[in-house]
Amino acid sequence: MTIAADAPEQESWFHRNQQRIAPWLFLAPGLLFFMVYVIIPVFQSFNLSLYEWDGLGAAEYVGARNYEDLYWEWVDRDAFYISLKNNLIWLILYLAAIPAGLFIALFLNQTVWGIRLYKSLFFFPFVISQVVVGLVFTWFYDPTFGLLNELLGLFGLGPLNVLGDERFVTYGIIFAGLWPQTAYCMILYLTGLNAVDPEQIEAGRLDGAKGARMLWHIILPQLRPATFIAFVVTIIGALRSFDLISIMTQGGPFGSSRVLAYYMFEVALSEYGFRMGYGAAIAVILFLIMLCFIAYFLWSMYREERGH
Amino acid sequence: MFPKPIEKQPRATQITYQAMLPLALLLWLGPLLAVALFSVKPAADFTNANYWGMPSSFEGAFNYGQVFFNSDMPRYLLNSFLITVPTVIGAVALSCMTGFALGIYKFRSNLWIFFMFVAGNFVPFQILMVPVRDLTLQLGLYNTKTGLVLFHIAFQTGFCTLFMRNFIRALPFELIEAARVEGISELRIFWYVVLPLMKPAIAALSVLIFTFIWNDYFWAVVLTQGAESQPVTAGITSFNAQFRAAYQLMSAGSIVAALPPVAMFFLMQKHFIAGLTLGAVK
Repeated sequence: MTIAADAPEQESWFHRNQQRIAPWLFLAPGLLFFMVYVIIPVFQSFNLSLYEWDGLGAAEYVGARNYEDLYWEWVDRDAFYISLKNNLIWLILYLAAIPAGLFIALFLNQTVWGIRLYKSLFFFPFVISQVVVGLVFTWFYDPTFGLLNELLGLFGLGPLNVLGDERFVTYGIIFAGLWPQTAYCMILYLTGLNAVDPEQIEAGRLDGAKGARMLWHIILPQLRPATFIAFVVTIIGALRSFDLISIMTQGGPFGSSRVLAYYMFEVALSEYGFRMGYGAAIAVILFLIMLCFIAYFLWSMYREERGH
Repeated sequence: MFPKPIEKQPRATQITYQAMLPLALLLWLGPLLAVALFSVKPAADFTNANYWGMPSSFEGAFNYGQVFFNSDMPRYLLNSFLITVPTVIGAVALSCMTGFALGIYKFRSNLWIFFMFVAGNFVPFQILMVPVRDLTLQLGLYNTKTGLVLFHIAFQTGFCTLFMRNFIRALPFELIEAARVEGISELRIFWYVVLPLMKPAIAALSVLIFTFIWNDYFWAVVLTQGAESQPVTAGITSFNAQFRAAYQLMSAGSIVAALPPVAMFFLMQKHFIAGLTLGAVK
């Protein structure tokens, strides 16, 4: 067998099998990056949560002790308990962005002069960095000159130090977060409303459906894809809340506005010391909460895929 | 169309609606307009507690001049561009390929790999934080723009793959089959048949990823430290520390920092919205 005879045969092997090989060649770079920076680190964090490590020296295996410590923090109503409780408040209240977004979308779904510009401007808050949103709302709440207290003053109320009061601080930050999130949901619904079938609306009108009944029975079912995406991005957004807390309060006053995402950062990377293992344990808890939702999203997507 | 078109309503309703639009907008953007007002005020207005009145003099040029010529802001803005643009190119390039692989070919693990990308895209950042920071340190890329770019490319590939794959799925498959019958290699099919059809998806993703990365704060704090590599989101906190209580400068700085993605949005609105809806809401 000569080399010359061998070469075309190899080429034809590749040629014959290229439909099997090609997807892997196309996947390789993206998959490699994603594995190294996303998938493997998830498992590394799980592993790390069983260690005590300051980020520099040798890591010491401590078994489940980090989780036991978290458990005691929970029992003692300590930082971990507060963070988890705040996460829950975030999750629930953040969902208000969905109906609020729908409301604004319905309000703007008209064809009058300049409406396109109005829609764009209403969407504005979402495009701005959360860091800037945080600053804007810190000033909005400011007890000496903030707009909020100016308004309260008109009614003879206040002054109210929203970000300095343990009772209000988390709600104040969530309200700031709702601003861009509502804008996001609004744009999802505006796009969805564009695709609503006019014939069904006409049919509904003939059947005497109006206002809220029409919305509930005819419009909302057609907006389901938009609602699903709005739900996904809002849940993710609520559990990812970090920027606003970091900018507006740094978890304060007295740690009362912490959420798990912020608490983890604080434990692992700040003046409170570099407790990487403990931070990883908190991250694992946050991950497991998120996993419930991820599983649900994937399951919905899987059903859709089967449907095709 | 729902709700009932306003043209078909009585005249009074029409006028009320037209009047309510600007009022609602003013209310909606109130906090932002306040910052814009602050940014053109002179410092004296704040010491005199003239927070909400008219500016006693118009100092916009001076304030913005300070931001551009007397602070690290230009440096941070440049860093942001140097981080954002390579990330956009990298993530879009990688996901064109992964999206093509997952959208066109049928193989057993296809759906699982796709779901892995989707799931990875949703994980909380904190579970990646320590290992990614450690990896970046080991690669000698801590506190460099490259370190940040590499991570961003990898993470955004998840979202981009979701988007690209769904987009490619919606393309007419007959085109590819016809090309195969002609004996065109898979690589050429990707390059000459599919890629030209993906232009709208590439545009949408580019705009969207630009905004995401520009606005990233968490990873900027975790992976970088000083003015030489920090992007503007992280830089603005140092900027604010430098000009503590100089509200007019902090406002001007915030507006400058927020402007590039806003400009991007207004220039590429159609693509932006197509991207945000994940292409799922037609």
